[in-house]
Amino acid sequence: MSSSPVLPEPAPSLPTGRADLRPEHIRDAVIRLAGNSQDGIQTAGAFLARLAGRSAQDVMTYMTIPSTISGGPSIFQVRIGSGEVLSAGDEADFLVAFYQHSYENHVDFLREGGVLLYDSDQVQPNRDDKRFVYVGVPITGLTVEALGGTAKDKGKNIFVLGLLASIFHLNTEKLKGLIRERFGGKDESIVSTALMAFQAGYAYPVRNLLSTLYEFEPSPRTSDRAQVTMDGNQALAYGLIAGGVRYGAGYPITPWSSVMEILRSEFPKYGGLFVQAEDELAAVSLALGFSYSGSLAVTGSAGPGISLKAEAIGWASMAEIPLIVVNVQRGGPSTGLPTNVEQSDLYQAIFGGHGDSPRVVLAAATVEDCFYTALEAARIARKYSTPVFILSDSSLATRIEAFDEPNLAELMQEPKPDLTPRPTGFKPYPLEAITQHAPPGTRMLEGKYPVVTGLEHDEMGHPTASPRLHAGMTAKRRKKYQQLADELPVPKVHGDPEGEVLLVGWGSTYGPIYEAVNRARARGERVSALHLRHLHPLPRGLDSIFERFRRIVVVEMNDQGLYGHGQLATVLRAQFCDPKIESLTKTDGLTYRVREILEGTFQ
Amino acid sequence: MNPVDAVPATPPPEREKLTKKAITADHPTWCPACGDFAVLASFYKVIEKRQLPHENIVTLAGIGCSSRFPYFVNSHGAHFIHGRAVPLASAISLARPDLHVFLFGGDGDGFSIGGNHLDHGARKNIRLTYVIMDNFVYGLTKKQTSPTSPIGYRSKTDPTGAIDHPVNPIKKLIAAGATFVARTHAAQVNHMIQMIERAMDHDGFSVIECLSECIEFYPGAFDAGNPRKGGEFKLIEEKKWDDSPEDETRHDVTDEIAAYRLADAPFPGYFGVFYEIDRPTKNALEQKWIEASRAKTGNATDLEILQKTFDRMK
Repeated sequence: MSSSPVLPEPAPSLPTGRADLRPEHIRDAVIRLAGNSQDGIQTAGAFLARLAGRSAQDVMTYMTIPSTISGGPSIFQVRIGSGEVLSAGDEADFLVAFYQHSYENHVDFLREGGVLLYDSDQVQPNRDDKRFVYVGVPITGLTVEALGGTAKDKGKNIFVLGLLASIFHLNTEKLKGLIRERFGGKDESIVSTALMAFQAGYAYPVRNLLSTLYEFEPSPRTSDRAQVTMDGNQALAYGLIAGGVRYGAGYPITPWSSVMEILRSEFPKYGGLFVQAEDELAAVSLALGFSYSGSLAVTGSAGPGISLKAEAIGWASMAEIPLIVVNVQRGGPSTGLPTNVEQSDLYQAIFGGHGDSPRVVLAAATVEDCFYTALEAARIARKYSTPVFILSDSSLATRIEAFDEPNLAELMQEPKPDLTPRPTGFKPYPLEAITQHAPPGTRMLEGKYPVVTGLEHDEMGHPTASPRLHAGMTAKRRKKYQQLADELPVPKVHGDPEGEVLLVGWGSTYGPIYEAVNRARARGERVSALHLRHLHPLPRGLDSIFERFRRIVVVEMNDQGLYGHGQLATVLRAQFCDPKIESLTKTDGLTYRVREILEGTFQ
Repeated sequence: MNPVDAVPATPPPEREKLTKKAITADHPTWCPACGDFAVLASFYKVIEKRQLPHENIVTLAGIGCSSRFPYFVNSHGAHFIHGRAVPLASAISLARPDLHVFLFGGDGDGFSIGGNHLDHGARKNIRLTYVIMDNFVYGLTKKQTSPTSPIGYRSKTDPTGAIDHPVNPIKKLIAAGATFVARTHAAQVNHMIQMIERAMDHDGFSVIECLSECIEFYPGAFDAGNPRKGGEFKLIEEKKWDDSPEDETRHDVTDEIAAYRLADAPFPGYFGVFYEIDRPTKNALEQKWIEASRAKTGNATDLEILQKTFDRMK
């Protein structure tokens, strides 16, 4: 791990800076790159994020991808901070505009006094607008000049990375190392072309156009663990691996696909297997087959695909087969907004089954939390022999964060199918205990072999329609979730344990909610936050937390519903019958801005 | 983790003979004289004859009358949902090469709601044996038209007679890429036993369509294929490759076009093996990939592999 911050470092190759530059030490910068999706702005942004992670800065990214098949306007936003970075930022300090439309669509996102860095070959800004600092660089022309005409539009992203490295005085050696890692292994000329583009951007005297010299404050981070930088789908996939999951099946759908792509290549390294199925129904059925054969398996999708899996998940409830179901949520219903964010599948996760089929529902709050939520999901699925939903969303899936490297030696699970012979008296469905199946291949010493079944059954798995047994078995299947609720930790309140307003959230709204609380408390508001990972069952003790606040405001990215409350708010109102539980919702397909939460709560 | 590690060392030597009694479970809930009884009896016979390790037999099914099969066999088993038993069975076969995976079901389960999975199981050539008890009718839900009901068959959903062109199971299976396709008749126990044995010895996706009469809702449906009811049980004569003149006219089971032609014969058609070829199974291909992936890591431990991945993200 490198303990040095991104800045400062000596940069002898830089053109001499102007003597009148006013140095400004910044704790935090929001840089928005706006262009088209084929320009590789994600690549450039990801380099910045990786660099920050490697330099022990905190970092968070945000991106939009058009749902068109190829191309279209796209942004990648990086927020780098010397302190804790909780959200991708409400407004940009720097806007890099590749095209006129990038400038026109995003200039309102630039804060007053912010810097507009634009490609003067493509963009004509309205310089009469005196709110911004204008820095025009002929990006297109200079990139072509540096790389030769064959490069066409390629390489502008890396040229811009060089410009930013110069403006922010970034560690060029580390950046070049990242470029080599990213493009290495391909044609060697790709690496050298990328380095040429970077050098050209870095050498451009862009600092002459600025009135301020930007430098990050050294990071106050104290952790002795190295940082890793990845997106939420990666963290989820590797969390599953750490949790001992070695088998799974899926079907491609945005924004879940990259999880299955990772697992398809990773599982075989561990002796396991991930199958691309012909459809969502086959995917969940394959996953259940893997789990039945003795190895906990995963399937996943986005909302529409989860709908297709619903029947088989009902079987998992009845047959009591462990299973992990990942839902990387997007805007719905139906095809909806495939590349936007929404938290509108909570009801589906909790209530989306036929019959009385309770299941476990967990939600990840951050990229880092994707890793730990997956780990916990695996543990719960095995212990309670149950389907467990992991709710993520498209913003977590695609954004990059740096976080402390998990202690893998401590966390790594490697369970194998338990094929030890089962003694006489073994019951697959004991009424008074949690089911633990004997996988096929297990000798049954009594000579009686179990059939797992979706029909109501007695303790031995024989079909039955006995009223007493259906009531008893339904209760048996319910009780294990009540037992799980007993063992869940009471979530911690962020801020004072009592006050005026408690903001309650779940999933990816964690960052903006906590940042809103920090800002409001700084101006004297008595506001705290509570974030829930365990959504079904809910942990015990929430009522005594709620008692200590005058208002409970549940913040969610879903609709207020027919009765004026979002999905978690409705669940909490049903559970606690507390009329002071209010709802703050939105359905614009975008992540919450901190300002939206503050205005929604206090106005 | 290698799935093969999961298999316990050599089974204990004092293993008792696997008798019909040992593999018999609940008494079947089928109607008296249902064709499925004979299929069950044939399966018992095969298991008894082959003496597989008891704990390594897995019987699986979806939904339907015939899909009650796993309850009547004392082996590890699963009674799954309607139409999805092929993917369930595929995963068990892929993860556990030590198991003998048998799948049972009917025409609705296999050709209608599960039709897509049948195609993909066949194309992927997953190692398992699938016996489809075809009775040309939905029996469990009491007489609705099935995907194999002949045109004109009167059911509760086609009171004036079925109008939709029925599925030809053999052609569907061959077109989808099944590597073993056979057809038999529940009134021909010896033939059934032969077919089941050949199917289970086949390294790949082996399917048997077994005409099995629904005594309640389609009595007499398969009399035309039953000599005891005045019909004809026309066997496919397979090539013996003996250079004899008779062999010229016999069926080459690797000849896809010839198999199609046989499958087009008017009802009751032919019985026996239509098609049988060797093609690498998904089981073998995935195992190869697993081994190559493991080798690339230098057969590192799980922790070492994940740690290396995280090191790259620093």
